[in-house]
Amino acid sequence: MTAAQSILTILAVVLGTMLTRFLPFLIFPEGKTPPPFITYLGKVLPCAVIGLLVVYCLKDAVFTSLHGLPELLAIICVVILQKWKKNMLLSMVAGTVIYMILVQAVF
Amino acid sequence: MKRKAFQTALPYVLPIGAGFLFLGASYGFLMHSKGFPLIYTMLMSCFIFAGSMEFVTVDLLLSAFHPVHAFFLALMVNARHLFYGLSMLDKYKNMGWKKFYLIYGMCDETFSINCTVTPPDDVDQGWFMFFVTLLDHIFWVSGAVLGGALGYLIHFDTQGIEFVMTALFVVMFVNQWEENQDHRPALIGVGCSLLCLLIFGSTNFILPAMGLILLCFTWRKSRLGREEKEQ
Repeated sequence: MTAAQSILTILAVVLGTMLTRFLPFLIFPEGKTPPPFITYLGKVLPCAVIGLLVVYCLKDAVFTSLHGLPELLAIICVVILQKWKKNMLLSMVAGTVIYMILVQAVF
Repeated sequence: MKRKAFQTALPYVLPIGAGFLFLGASYGFLMHSKGFPLIYTMLMSCFIFAGSMEFVTVDLLLSAFHPVHAFFLALMVNARHLFYGLSMLDKYKNMGWKKFYLIYGMCDETFSINCTVTPPDDVDQGWFMFFVTLLDHIFWVSGAVLGGALGYLIHFDTQGIEFVMTALFVVMFVNQWEENQDHRPALIGVGCSLLCLLIFGSTNFILPAMGLILLCFTWRKSRLGREEKEQ
């Protein structure tokens, strides 16, 4: 990617992000209530999008020769740590270190 | 008035600020290890100011040029802001020039404070919310720049460091799984995405996956609506 293309990509991301933040205030200026479908989406979409993002992170790993085995092992560690200690920083650091050891030294 | 609002806001922001410093630093470090100059880290953390999307943008910048794809991905990843906005319509009313910045800087953590905390009567709510937003913003950008700068000082084999993004989303997934009784939304998200990944391949699956997720929810909502009417 050239510098101009990078800047355009970043601008597209800024635009998309800002649209999600400003749109409600533009559509519902004062006191208009949103339709029930929108309220429903507000409840369910966040959970679904996190699932989408997890899959997004694994999109290339699935098609490699190991089929995402190191990713899977590291994810299992992250899930166990998070359920056990409930410490976000610990789970992330430990999971990343375990993954780095796996791809650098084991596989 | 401003001083008092600042002093009231600070204790709410500090624990989040610590998390932001760490998460921002891991983002900055990741940017550095992928070869981006510090100015990119600074500008992206300042102007995008949406943690998950900034991590995803690192990946976008390393792939083929596709701004429309980037725009829709940002829309979908940040769709939750739409609902933050809907909840804050009233609170952000009559805030004058501050309103623009309050909306601009409304990340998850800022929203959670501004939505739930009512400052004492002698504290101006507008300034309180302004400082919550501003302090979170400053902590995040500082973390990112710190992480990027650290990259110049510490040298080790960074292969695999991008897993920090996966770890972040897995942690968020576990947290929301434990907070919600109904796991179907999360399963719909994972299921639709996996299905589309297998059908469309890794470069083209995001847009169809988003479409399929929305379709599933539209179908579920209309079914829920019908059941309610029959009862």
